[in-house]
Amino acid sequence: MSFPWAEQYTPKNPVMVWIDEKLPLPRLAYNAVGAGYPVPRNLNYFWNFGVLAGLALMIQIVTGVIMAMHYGANDLVAFSTVEQTMRDVNAGWLMRYAHANGASFFFIVVYLHIFRGLYFGSYKAPREMVWLLGLVIFLLMMATAFMGYVLPWGQMSYWGAKVITGLFGAIPVVGEPIQTWLLGGFAPGNASLNRFFSLHFLLPFVIAGVIILHIWALHIPGSSNPTGVEVKGPQDTVPFHPYYTAKDGFGAGVFLIAFCALLFFAPNFLGHPDNYIEANPLSTPAHIVPEWYFWPFYAILRAFTVDFFFVPAKLLGVLAMFASILLLFFLPWLDTSPVRSGKYRPTFNKFFWILVIDVLILGWLGGAPAEEPFVMMSQVAAAYYFAHFLIILPLISRFEKPLPLPGSITEAVLAKYGKTDGATVAVPAE
Amino acid sequence: MAIVEHTDSTGLSGDDGVRRRDFINIAAVSFAGVGAVAVVLPLIDQMNPSADVLALASTEVDLSAIQPGQAIKTTFRSQPLFVRQLTEKEIAEADKVDASTLRDPQTLEERTVDGKKQWLVTMGVCTHLGCVPLGAGEGENKGEYGGYFCPCHGSSYDTAARIRKGPAPKNLEVPKFSFTSDTAILVG
Repeated sequence: MSFPWAEQYTPKNPVMVWIDEKLPLPRLAYNAVGAGYPVPRNLNYFWNFGVLAGLALMIQIVTGVIMAMHYGANDLVAFSTVEQTMRDVNAGWLMRYAHANGASFFFIVVYLHIFRGLYFGSYKAPREMVWLLGLVIFLLMMATAFMGYVLPWGQMSYWGAKVITGLFGAIPVVGEPIQTWLLGGFAPGNASLNRFFSLHFLLPFVIAGVIILHIWALHIPGSSNPTGVEVKGPQDTVPFHPYYTAKDGFGAGVFLIAFCALLFFAPNFLGHPDNYIEANPLSTPAHIVPEWYFWPFYAILRAFTVDFFFVPAKLLGVLAMFASILLLFFLPWLDTSPVRSGKYRPTFNKFFWILVIDVLILGWLGGAPAEEPFVMMSQVAAAYYFAHFLIILPLISRFEKPLPLPGSITEAVLAKYGKTDGATVAVPAE
Repeated sequence: MAIVEHTDSTGLSGDDGVRRRDFINIAAVSFAGVGAVAVVLPLIDQMNPSADVLALASTEVDLSAIQPGQAIKTTFRSQPLFVRQLTEKEIAEADKVDASTLRDPQTLEERTVDGKKQWLVTMGVCTHLGCVPLGAGEGENKGEYGGYFCPCHGSSYDTAARIRKGPAPKNLEVPKFSFTSDTAILVG
């Protein structure tokens, strides 16, 4: 779907006309990410992160397929083939560092994309499906990243795999059979490594598929915007190309500069030295931590230290960790305020930033050792996280008095630049 | 077969409104469903441990070199195994505790072989998330209860390897083992 004033695809080159009659793929691209997609004229730079996440996925797929050409998925050789890629394969070091740091950058842009959605209420009707599909992508990303981290078969790979599959062991009765089934043994071994490699190769393409659904669902109502006011007429939109291809292109340049800075000057900054030691089932690293992008969830997992009635602490931690993500699937129905953008929600605005700080603190705690005062702090921060979504947000939606909304996107844009002429009167879309 | 009297365009309806086609639909879909389940089972089961992984030899451990207060770390079913000879003091400490007050109530007697109470044989796998606890090696942190300490999430085990503090729900697992002589055990 598109707005009625969207530009029409009219191929002039006879070859393109011929293709358009047989397989209108160029038409599809034109309407999806070309001039045929009208986009609100007031998007800010936070709207760049969707495209940047797509770029990060492309980097991961290209470098990942290349890494797979030089990798041996067998516990006897996995560690050494990765080192061989680093030392002997032409530009192998570049591929590996780009792939490892690319994962981090993928999560950085996705987290910014998610918080953009949280602040501007992008998850609200009529875009709930866009939000839900985005969460599915996020879950797939987490699974992919976890399995990818096991492949170099270093100490953190091995122990990370053991701890994370151990989470399933916490489920009563069926837990241990599930853990054994996931690993193909009683501890991570060759069978685990092989299946993780197979799935790590598969899942990015599944992610690409869900991204297509995510964009499809987005294009039905069209993109949201910083005011949260829906598009009312042609004066509220500009064509995606060239306006936002240019803006996203600039964003991509900034993204790549930051990526290259880390890739070339500090490629191991986000890694763990322990993962340069080959996996050893008899020696646990002194401090097992997952990659930084899992830290907030890891902190929630470790926050539970006391049994509650008949539920053991271990199971509570696992349930809380999964609940912290599953909770987000209910967000469109927990926040019932009709106003989308946090800009016009004075109370929500404050609590949004408290949530951001809370998640950052959880992240810091997830990387800290499991001792006091960190455990107690994790408990407080984890409790606040749940309270935000389950108590604070529904209450705010109920009692908050939002600021007056602008009449239209155009009105908001012109007001910003001090122009309030007659052109601001919205022309309703038919 | 009842004679169909009313005018049904398909001519297949019985008196009760159930068409013969409904039966065929249900039968066909059920048959395909059973077939699908039969296909999915091996697809799932192939991920379970293979025969070579399951072909687990039992492990024999020589105890002669382990002095009181010492422990060794070996492997059983590709996972770490701790074998420890407790000192008189450690046995006394373990016996002093009222087992019923523990998270996973067990006495030292229940965790060792009759008459060989000083030999504590446990898996070296923390019951929280499967890390290898410290305390078997010389000079390692034994935690505040003098047994084992898991560095991952801070679980402390006492001198009978029973959970005393931290997130682990159970005592370190005692595998099935028997003495083959005074100085050797067979685990598994």
